[in-house]
Amino acid sequence: MNNENEKIVSYGEAINLAISSKMDLDKSIYILGQGADDPTSAAGPLQGLKERFTDRIMDVPMAEESIAGICVGMAMNGLRPINWHIRMDFLLLAMNQIINMASKIKYMYGGRMTCPVSFRAMIGKSWGQGPQHSQSLYPQFINIPGLKVYAPAIPFDAEASYVSMLEEGVPALMIEHRLLYYQKGIVPTDYLPFVKDATRVLRRGRHITLVGVSQMAIECLRASKILQSVGIEAEVITPVVLKPLDIIPISASVIETGNLLFVDNSWMFGSLGAETISTLHENRISFNSARMGFAETVCPTSPTLEDAFYPNPVSIAYKVCELLDVPYLIPELKTKYEKEEIEFKGPF
Amino acid sequence: MLEMSAQILETLLLIRKVDEKLIELYPTDKIKSPVHLSIGQEGAAIAALPLSKEDAVFGSYRSHALYVAKGGDLKRFFAEMMGKATGCCGGKGGSMHICDPEAGVMGTSAIVASTIPVAVGWAYANKLKKKNNVALVFLGDGATDEGTFYESINFAVSRSAPVIFLCENNRYAIHSHIKDRSRVSNISERIKGMDILSIQGSSLDPEDLYNGIQGYVEGVREEIFGIGPLFVEVDTYRLYEHVGIKTDWHKGYRKESEARKWIENDPLRLFDSKELPMWLEVMKQRVENKIEEAVKFAEESPFPEKVELYKDLW
Repeated sequence: MNNENEKIVSYGEAINLAISSKMDLDKSIYILGQGADDPTSAAGPLQGLKERFTDRIMDVPMAEESIAGICVGMAMNGLRPINWHIRMDFLLLAMNQIINMASKIKYMYGGRMTCPVSFRAMIGKSWGQGPQHSQSLYPQFINIPGLKVYAPAIPFDAEASYVSMLEEGVPALMIEHRLLYYQKGIVPTDYLPFVKDATRVLRRGRHITLVGVSQMAIECLRASKILQSVGIEAEVITPVVLKPLDIIPISASVIETGNLLFVDNSWMFGSLGAETISTLHENRISFNSARMGFAETVCPTSPTLEDAFYPNPVSIAYKVCELLDVPYLIPELKTKYEKEEIEFKGPF
Repeated sequence: MLEMSAQILETLLLIRKVDEKLIELYPTDKIKSPVHLSIGQEGAAIAALPLSKEDAVFGSYRSHALYVAKGGDLKRFFAEMMGKATGCCGGKGGSMHICDPEAGVMGTSAIVASTIPVAVGWAYANKLKKKNNVALVFLGDGATDEGTFYESINFAVSRSAPVIFLCENNRYAIHSHIKDRSRVSNISERIKGMDILSIQGSSLDPEDLYNGIQGYVEGVREEIFGIGPLFVEVDTYRLYEHVGIKTDWHKGYRKESEARKWIENDPLRLFDSKELPMWLEVMKQRVENKIEEAVKFAEESPFPEKVELYKDLW
């Protein structure tokens, strides 16, 4: 590494960096969540914060709806609470406060009050997470006007998303993914980044546009390496902000490639892929498209079943060959892909 | 009854007259919102009187009384009822979401129990900011069926948040009697063991309620109680239907005889007399003038422009 204004950190460390830097600057930020003060149960990103910020990192009772509501009230009274949920599935218990209250306060009270509350939730995957520890419920949340939804896939965007969320002060949901926490990438050391590109192009390519949400962005990047072995250059894009969606980088790419494979990190029915493809069609862009996502069933626990449940780099590469009408390339694909860690390099 | 302070009496009268004005206006179709009237329960709202502007109140969809008692702007109230741009929510909330942050009316909600944890959060923020202000949340007995009621008390007690949980126990959640919803109809009894300071009163004795709340608020100001929460159960009765402007004895879920005690002991019967003492006559006219002025303001106000549709979403 030759640039002293940058360093390589993991996604989890990037979150830690953003939160701790903002907490240093803004005394109104608090973190409330079950096990928020426990460096192991909070899955890493909050490590060391309890020692540094003491009472501003709070463990709370097992009462998701009420704690979410308490955070709403704190936010209405001038504080900046972040309500942490160690699995996205647990957010369902707090839906009432997130959707009926937080997302509506400014509007239904005629703009006379604001509610700068943040919710933070992690999607689980693998090691037998099973039916109730693996859900990725962003389709439910992006349907709600008034709630900003972030799902950064790389460390730089994770840091930038936290900085933006804590500066903007609108009700927001930050969706993280357990498997992203150890992904490495470059972040700046001389400034705090904010979200400049709400939809990020991760890799340039001219044959097909691959859009991956959250951890599926990584799977798409891995697929792009497989595809490269048969000469297919995939452009890989990930929306950092799911709502409101900046569709322009996707349309620009699709206009160039004429092909789009959208890989949702959720079930496909009524999800972001469907939304994006409809919007592109409404904008009279002509292109071929396909979608992938979770299998239309409950997430099973056994590894053989779980493997069939998620799209993976190989299944994504197969789908691309079908979409591009080059099925004869499938046997040529280097399907013995190595699960190497992908590092993200700038420029951002 | 006459021992009641003029301030309390005038507030009770204003609350009653505001709802009666809505009843009067309703057939004209000027009111563009469902209304949940407070008639019969006015005394409970007197709990908001000892609070300052910096103290916050929260409520449910039946919140006209607390809005008036906390000093919410009356003109903007009627404008909101009529869906006007000058309404307290700019026409975007209606009767179930009235607010007036300048007066400390920090929000009312159409989802039962949903403002309870919000009030706790508000009060807890004050504690964290070392401000000696209280939050007062009005909730019905129906809200005590919800888990968040108990969760909120538990949090407020364990963190010593200065919040008053005021339960208006009118016995009915829409048409379901509390006895059909719980083995323990007395809510103070039900929460025994949660280590919360608890008092009981009646909406027929607002002076007593006022004094109880005032004592607590003074305690918070001086940190006498270590700023822990307070639970107040107010025995009360809704004389009109759950939503709407009529009585509902014909529906058969409750008997009119049940209301007798509440009608006979209604503090506002004082004003039924043909010959009012001069000070009461002055009070009555002052209240009526205030309402007329507010209704006139609302009627003359414009409806919101269509461009308002997307404003204030973020």
